[in-house]
This record gives sequence, C-alpha cells and structure tokens, in this order.
Amino acid sequence: MKKILSLKNVVVSIAILILIWQILFSVSSYNKALFPSPKMAFDALLEMIGNGRLFENIKTSMYRFVVGYSISVISAVILGLILGRIPKVFQYVNPALQLLRPISPTAWMPFIVLLFGIGDVPAIVIIFIAAFFPVLLSTVSAVGNIDPIYLKVSRNFGIKQPSLTWKVIFPAAFPQIANGIHLALGTAWIFLVAGEMVGAQSGLGYQIIDARNNIRADILLATILVIGVIGILLDGILKVIEKAIMKSWGGAE
Amino acid sequence: MYIEIKDACKNYVQDGKEFTALDHVSLDIEKGEFICLLGPSGCGKSTLLNALAGFEKVNSGSVKIDGKEVTAPSINNITIFQNYGLLPWRNVQKNVELGLESKKVPKSERAAAAKKYLELVGLSGYEKRYPKQLSGGQQQRVAIARGLAVDPDIIFMDEPFGALDAITRMKLQEDILRISREEKKTIIFVTHDIEEAVFLADRIVVMMADPGRIKSVVKVPLGDRRDRTSENFLYVRDKVFELFNLKSDEYIEYYI
Repeated sequence: MKKILSLKNVVVSIAILILIWQILFSVSSYNKALFPSPKMAFDALLEMIGNGRLFENIKTSMYRFVVGYSISVISAVILGLILGRIPKVFQYVNPALQLLRPISPTAWMPFIVLLFGIGDVPAIVIIFIAAFFPVLLSTVSAVGNIDPIYLKVSRNFGIKQPSLTWKVIFPAAFPQIANGIHLALGTAWIFLVAGEMVGAQSGLGYQIIDARNNIRADILLATILVIGVIGILLDGILKVIEKAIMKSWGGAE
Repeated sequence: MYIEIKDACKNYVQDGKEFTALDHVSLDIEKGEFICLLGPSGCGKSTLLNALAGFEKVNSGSVKIDGKEVTAPSINNITIFQNYGLLPWRNVQKNVELGLESKKVPKSERAAAAKKYLELVGLSGYEKRYPKQLSGGQQQRVAIARGLAVDPDIIFMDEPFGALDAITRMKLQEDILRISREEKKTIIFVTHDIEEAVFLADRIVVMMADPGRIKSVVKVPLGDRRDRTSENFLYVRDKVFELFNLKSDEYIEYYI
C-alpha cells in the first residue's frame, strides 16, 4: 500500500513539473529552438536513443563516475579509519582539510586540465575531489564517536590491529560512514557533469556543451533530464547496497 | 594470596576539584571466592574494579593478581559491563565466539564452545539472533556466555544487573550463583544493592564514599544454596543494613 501511494506521489509530482514546463512554453515568447516544449525534448531524447549517442555518452560518464567515486570512497574511508584513531595527528591534518574543503572542485578544473589534458582523467579527478572530503571527514568523526564500550570489550578480549579495525571499529562506525558516502554520491554526480563540461570531449556533460554549440536546446534539456534520472537511480542502488550491508551486520531496520 | 590490593590510592580532578575515589584501600582475595564490592555511588567500587581489570591504573599502591602487577586488561580476566557491550553487528553466536577468535581457536571448536556456553546460560536456539532482538536480561546472558567461553580465571562484574527489572535480576542472580559454583571462577561483583550482595557473596566488601574506602568486610556464612526469605538470610541482610546506618531506632520499634 505504501509503495502504491509513493508511486502515486511520484507520478503526480512529475506530471505537475511537465505541466508547468508546458505552460511556460505556451505563454513565453522565446524562439522554439531556444526554449522547446516537453514534447520536443522527448522527441530529442528518442532521437539520441535511436542514433546511439545517448548510451555512448552514458557509458563514458558512468565509467568516469564509477572509477573516480570508488577510488575516492575507498581511499577516504581507509585514511579516515587511520586518522580517526590518532586524534593527535588529525589535529595537524584537520586545518589543511578545512582549508581545502570549501573550495569548489570546479575551481581546480583549469589546473587539472593543464596537468592531465582533456579526457577521462580530469573528470575522474574532479569526482575524486568532490567525494573525498565529505567521506573522509564523516569517517574520522564516526570513528571518534564509537561507543567506548566496544573498545573496552576489544581490549579485554585481546583483539589487536588489524582485526580491531576490521572487526570492531569499521562496523561500529559504519552507519555514520555510510551517511557520508551517501551524501558524497550526490555531490560527485553533480561535479561529474561540471567536469565534463570543461575537461572532456565526451560524456553527458560534454553533450550539454555540444547541444549548446549546435543550438539544440531540445537535446540540452533532454540530457539534463537524463542526468537527473541517473542521479536518482544511483541513489537508489546505493540505498539497496547500504541496506544489504546493514542487514548482514544485524542493523536491520 | 591470589589477588592483592595494597594501599591503593586513586584521585580524579573533576570540575577543578580533587576527588579521592580510593583512599589507601587494601584487600586480599582468595582463588574461587565470590566477592561483592558494595557501597553507594562515589565509594570507589567501580574504580577498584577497573583497577583490578586493568582499565585504569591506581596513583599509588599496588594491585596484583597471581603475584603480577596489573597494567592492562587481559583475556584471562573478563569484565561484564552493565550495558552488556555486545557487538550489535554480530549475531549471538558470533558475539560469544569473539574472544575465541583472538585466541585463534579453530572454527569448529568455537562453534562448539558457543553452543556449550549458550546452553549454560539458557539461550540454546538463539545463536542466529542479533542483540537488538533480545531482551536486556538475554543480552546480559550472552555477555556472560561470551566471557565464560574464553575460560577466564576471574570474572569482574560491574553492576551487571543494574539495568534489568527486579524479577529478571533475581533470576540472573540465581543463575550467576549456580554458574560460579559449577565453573569454579573467582568473581568480583560490584553492586549497590544490599540484598544482591547478601544473596551472592562469600564475602561482602562494604565501601564508603568521600573519600572512597573500605569500611568493613562481612563474611556471608550462608553456603551454596541461598533462600531470600530464610531467617539466616534476613539476619545477614540486617547486619549489612546496620553497617550503612539504614536501620534506625524507629524502624526497630515499629518492627517490634
């Protein structure tokens, strides 16, 4: 019942969005080529599916995303687990992190392009930067927030490193780490598009730039919608993985 | 002497004020004894237990087990905590096997030990459950099974039944008394419940607060099978009440 209700919510919500778009299209005096209707964007979508460009670009973007995001999450979690256990060192690392964190990953873009050129690497690097800080900081804080009783019990039962990290610290901190990983997913996906708009000649971000250059606003809007849908799907997949891990660790909600 | 505490002192600074948790405490405990550390909060009973278990060090004096100074926790002396300390991401069996894993016991032997000790605490058939699916009393039973599974010499219990309801608490008291006789462990048990201490202990160490110190040590000559309603039990309990000045004159008049 709950599922049907939420499906109803989704359908109504999207229908309203399309309706507003259609009304704006009808009342606006813009050229049709600059501000297309939902129908035109939909046709452009079919066209891109038909000639295979869409899937080509999705494949390219997903490759960059998966590589950048996984490297970022894995390295940030490992570093976070280490730094979380040695607060004295983290006190010296933290100021530098706080300096780097608020810098938008796109600000690095020109520098990254200078170093690595145009292609897969700049997009991967930018996703890495985008996901790295939230995951690292949430991991460090998660490790610091572990209930001390788990550490007391571990000492009592003679659990030493590296078992201590793998058997106790990581699972105990996992819910909060997962939170950071989840937040970082959205951020990373946002910056993938930004990265591809500047530093690539392929992918969904580049497709937007390409559509602009050809004054194909219908393709541009269709691509934006695709980016949104993939973002939702990625979020859904991560939720399923998270739930599976939580369940296997007895945290079943 | 098996456990030797000599002139142990421990001070804390709390909110800028110095606080004496242990003031020249000395105590000897024999192997196989069931000792209750009894007293109001702030009397240093938990501090003393933590010093014995190796979680905290005393500022001066010595704490020795089997002739060796205690410097760190050991898998030979297991502590049972009030809030159980089970790992919620492991099922009951995996929790009981925790200490056996670091002792490098093979998998099949671990499973056999888990089965044995879960049976001992009356939780057969709960192997695949997770801690949050169990009641507080059941969780503490799992923690006790986990402790017993590594076959420790001493079991420290820090107000282990403090978070449980009265009926569950009495049931667990009976079980721990039975287990202590069957397994022949030395048990040091912290409590602020006089009746609990009289029901369990071979000797009750009565402690006072501010500064934390031992007031007296009471031998409980009640044997292995104890009855909360027997005359002897009530007599010993009254004696301990008197030590805390909880038996006022009016009470006696009313009683007569």
